[in-house]
Amino acid sequence: MTTTLNLRRQITDYGARIMATLATLFGLFWLVWILWTTVSNGLPALKWSLFTQMTPPPGADGGLLNAFVGSIIMSGLAVLIATPIGIAAGTYLAEYARNTRLGETIRFVNDILLSVPSIIIGLFVYELMVRQMGHFSAIAGAVALSFIVLPVVVRTTDEMLQLVPSSMRESALALGVPQWKVIRQVLYRASMAGIVTGVLLAFARISGETAPLLFTALNNQYWTTNLGEPMANVPVVIFQYAMSPYEFWHALAWAGAFVVTMLVLLLGLVSRALLLRKKVNV
Amino acid sequence: MFKSYFALAMDGPNKASSHDRHDKRADMLFSLVVKGCALLVLIALLGAAFSMLWGGREAFATFGWKFLWSSDWDAVQRKFGALVPIYGTLVTALIAMIIAVPVSFGIALFLTEIAPAWLRTPIAAAIELLAGIPSIIYGMWGLFVFVPFMAEHVDPWLDENLGALPVTGPLFQGAPIGLGMLTAGIVLGIMVIPFVASIMREVFLTVPSEIKESCYAIGSTTWEVVWDVVLPYTRSAVIGGIFLGLGRALGETMAVTFVLGNAHLLSASLLEPGNSIAATIANEFTEADSPIYLSSLIALGFLLFVVTFVVLAVARLMLMRLAKRAGENKQ
Repeated sequence: MTTTLNLRRQITDYGARIMATLATLFGLFWLVWILWTTVSNGLPALKWSLFTQMTPPPGADGGLLNAFVGSIIMSGLAVLIATPIGIAAGTYLAEYARNTRLGETIRFVNDILLSVPSIIIGLFVYELMVRQMGHFSAIAGAVALSFIVLPVVVRTTDEMLQLVPSSMRESALALGVPQWKVIRQVLYRASMAGIVTGVLLAFARISGETAPLLFTALNNQYWTTNLGEPMANVPVVIFQYAMSPYEFWHALAWAGAFVVTMLVLLLGLVSRALLLRKKVNV
Repeated sequence: MFKSYFALAMDGPNKASSHDRHDKRADMLFSLVVKGCALLVLIALLGAAFSMLWGGREAFATFGWKFLWSSDWDAVQRKFGALVPIYGTLVTALIAMIIAVPVSFGIALFLTEIAPAWLRTPIAAAIELLAGIPSIIYGMWGLFVFVPFMAEHVDPWLDENLGALPVTGPLFQGAPIGLGMLTAGIVLGIMVIPFVASIMREVFLTVPSEIKESCYAIGSTTWEVVWDVVLPYTRSAVIGGIFLGLGRALGETMAVTFVLGNAHLLSASLLEPGNSIAATIANEFTEADSPIYLSSLIALGFLLFVVTFVVLAVARLMLMRLAKRAGENKQ
């Protein structure tokens, strides 16, 4: 009696172990397949002209220079807009409103903003800026991306400041240092690695973000650094070229996809390394 | 910097008090600035909701409630209804969750209880890398690699073997073109797995090891510990993680746009192309040639916002319940 019961329990356990292992292999299988596709299609298309020539019209030869520059300008601007605001908001949550109703509400809303579909951010900025200005522009694209960076920075700043031991705050305050100086000169230094990681992760996230740029920065076949005009950017160019019927455009799209993926993976690894160091320090 | 404070304190009461006043003002200013920035987060979400309601007002006013269940989508006659995109969004998200929930649970189980210790960190990192890949890459892979694969190998098999069944048959009938609800659902599932799996893994790790060890000590198997102890202990957070994944599946845009086929068809078959809210907006926004067309697309965005807001709010509330309990345990 008990032996059959035990046998059944053991079989269930083995079954569960096997299923769990298979599930993990299933998850890794797609990772490998997708990465391999990106590398095998993107690497052959990777040429020096990719970084020196403009996006071509159908049938002509070209690169993605204007798209790369546009992406860098808009992502950089988005990070510049959102990082100070995000750090300030995170500071408020962690240092001024830790157990207040307002703080809880804002934290909750920020968590929702963190996973709100990015296409909704695109529509929001379309209504906010593009419709008011009357045309698509790079600055609208940067603002849309900054709404994606913002919640990431708020979240990491909040969490990293909460990790700083209270004894550090208390000793600084006991010396008579005013709170804003405690925050700027003690707490920010203690949590610097974590906050930088948050910004890096946010940058990784927006470097491949397509949906919010479709209705804000749109695209531009030509070179421009004018923030008031539509601006080319890698994700939208990839989208357009991949959906087109031209082989050469496909190759360019793969090359762009390869560069973006490698950048995202690299940023992921760097931020992970930073976080690890942080854990060792604490 | 501390030295300067001491020096100031030595300088006498007058100087120190003017310094105090300065500090007080700076403190006040700083707290106001950070509070303003925090309120900006609140305003951003409210602003997003309001701007889409405003942008969609023409569509809501013209079509009324019929907008929700009309399957019209006619740019020429300017009649729009959201039924087809809503249906596509729900069906693809459902397929995604059917795939993602058991697989994520398996991965979390493997990473917390089964895998040898040296294997856990690299595999967890690899799964999280999958979460970081931009959705447009999933879309390209889907269009150029996965769609042909489905069209050649999976769709014909489904049509042949399941298409003739009495009840579920209509789900699997259709031309094997690869594009469609099933393909989109599978791609979404793959995209959601890393999110749900890493949340499940994290919440499984919050179970106090005393509880797990006591179970092992009375002779429980790994499966019994996970199913009867870990899962009930973390139930609310696991549901929260699943809802977070659902929120992502509902709003995912680019990958779905590539593989769904962009057809305003209401079809029972999962092999037929369809449309989702996000894909409709992404595909047609820059082509919208009349104000009512544009307004209908923004109204679709508003519907998506409302649905994802509810789903994400449930997710966060569920996740907070476990976090609260974990906090109590620590004290």
